[in-house]
Amino acid sequence: MADKKKPRLAVWKFASCDGCQLSLLDCEDELLAVAGAIDIAYFPEATRGEISGRYDVSLVEGSVTNAHDAERIKEVRKRSNVLITIGACATAGGIQALKNFADVKEYIPVVYAHPEYIHTLATSTPISDHVKVDFELRGCPISKKQLVELVSAFVAGRKPVTPPHSVCIDCKLRGNVCVMVAHGAPCIGPVTHTGCDALCPSFNRGCFGCFGPKETPNTKALSGQLAELGMDSKAIKRIYSTFNVNAEAFREESKRHG
Amino acid sequence: MNADRARTSQMITLEMDGLQALLDALAKRGYRVVGPKLRDQAIVYDDIASVRDLPAGWTDEQEGGRYRVTRRSDDALFGYAVGPHSWKRFLYPPIQQLWRARHKGSAVSVTPEPMPSERFAFFGVRACELHAIEIQDRVFMNGEMADPHYKARRANAFIVAVNCGTAGGTCFCVSMNTGPGVKQGFDIALTELVEGGAHRFVVEAGSDKGREVLAALPQRAAKPEETKAADAVVAKTASSMGRTMKADDVREVLMRNLDNPRWDDVAERCMTCGNCTMVCPTCFCMTVEDASDLEGLETSRSRRWDSCFTMDHSYVHGGSVRASSKARYRQWLTHKLATWVDQFGTSGCVGCGRCITWCPVGIDITEEVSAIRNSESR
Repeated sequence: MADKKKPRLAVWKFASCDGCQLSLLDCEDELLAVAGAIDIAYFPEATRGEISGRYDVSLVEGSVTNAHDAERIKEVRKRSNVLITIGACATAGGIQALKNFADVKEYIPVVYAHPEYIHTLATSTPISDHVKVDFELRGCPISKKQLVELVSAFVAGRKPVTPPHSVCIDCKLRGNVCVMVAHGAPCIGPVTHTGCDALCPSFNRGCFGCFGPKETPNTKALSGQLAELGMDSKAIKRIYSTFNVNAEAFREESKRHG
Repeated sequence: MNADRARTSQMITLEMDGLQALLDALAKRGYRVVGPKLRDQAIVYDDIASVRDLPAGWTDEQEGGRYRVTRRSDDALFGYAVGPHSWKRFLYPPIQQLWRARHKGSAVSVTPEPMPSERFAFFGVRACELHAIEIQDRVFMNGEMADPHYKARRANAFIVAVNCGTAGGTCFCVSMNTGPGVKQGFDIALTELVEGGAHRFVVEAGSDKGREVLAALPQRAAKPEETKAADAVVAKTASSMGRTMKADDVREVLMRNLDNPRWDDVAERCMTCGNCTMVCPTCFCMTVEDASDLEGLETSRSRRWDSCFTMDHSYVHGGSVRASSKARYRQWLTHKLATWVDQFGTSGCVGCGRCITWCPVGIDITEEVSAIRNSESR
């Protein structure tokens, strides 16, 4: 491998909390190997590299919430051979997509002392609404393990192992007792994309849906059961209205509940 | 009559100290003893060392999509049905490394994963579970698809079975002819008797290994009334099944109803989450995953439990051949109850009820079958 030219990587930030980018720095044990395998050419969070030329792979964090970013993402796309979005903001619009369900003009004056400085779009949208995305890594935040897997797979030229099945399957692999069936706890793991190794249920908490909808999610069936467990319509609406509220399946299900 | 007398003469009775001696004897022989334990409000299978680890006085209430542990009025150790785990996770672990390969210059050296040396003693195996193990044996022990890791674990396993004293709300082993009494496939079988302050176990050996272990335990010959009481325990359990399923012609019923509208109905409710297949003690589908490190020096391959409810499971070039939930549910049910017979010579269902209890929305295999069956007579 050493004699090969290392792929150039860029990490871009859009509207986000930086948590997903930090997952890269958080790779402590693997960071040297990551730096050895790829040339981190642009990563403002960690280095002073300039934007120049083309990048073999771009990791994009964050959603598009203003007109400037809607243009900037096109420039990122032009400069990138492979564009990978990381995290719930970039793949679904993030928690800030709650604004898609409200009137932005109405609450800007309530929040900001100088509303005239705020130039924002009415919506927060995922990167894939704006440019072609080659791969999406889910999570709020993304899993460090999956990020290393993603980079390893990219370097090797193979498909990353990031299965789109339910959190339930990972619960069962770990031998967890189902919090929904055995404790009556609300859990949206049956409709949620895995990737976290079933983190919350492993600590006897229901899944919050940080990784967004799984493949073929049947949210309607799940909501029926959540109601059986005692959740009212408002609570059901809220459970889908978090980091992935703008992901289609969660958005549509939250709309069904008021 | 003579056979009964012969059986009685071989039955022994263990008191609580004898049961502890059994656990000790297994540990002393190098077994990793796994049995029922109360954890996270469920009776799971985990490492046990003492009778004190067993869920004394606990039982389980089970319905579609609902499981609760509750107190019993006695101190029975095996007074529950079956929990979320099955022995599958020990004989056929959720993730199994298969091999590693390493680059050395231009050469690649491949190291297969060594065979497991672990020897399990399973403590408290139910009749339905013995059948489930026997069904997985048919899949993994012989033929082209034999699994060497399974074979190694299975060959080394010691099985202490228990006759069921309690039927769960979702149990239907009587319908599947798999319980609640154990008949074969065990090294030692226990029947728990808890009555009038006495707590005893009527015990029989099912193998030479079992006889050898039993011989050294503090014991006495079972009295005729004890073996009679043990038989009554099984009979009582058999008469209190939570569910039933007419199984004799289920294969034919399902195979002539592949376009029954009931499949659309169940697809509305099914979340394709895969829980039913994960908790099923016979479901064996898996996928193979490759990993490579950042330096590109080491790669490895492992297999992981998969489910016919995932899209990846039926992915072929261009997409999943079972894209709809309907197709995936139908695949699972028809394989489990119908085409399994063609493939392996038995049903894939042992009537343990786990798929009913642990389905988060309580889809009931027995109800689906009877709905399809009843639609024919309408």
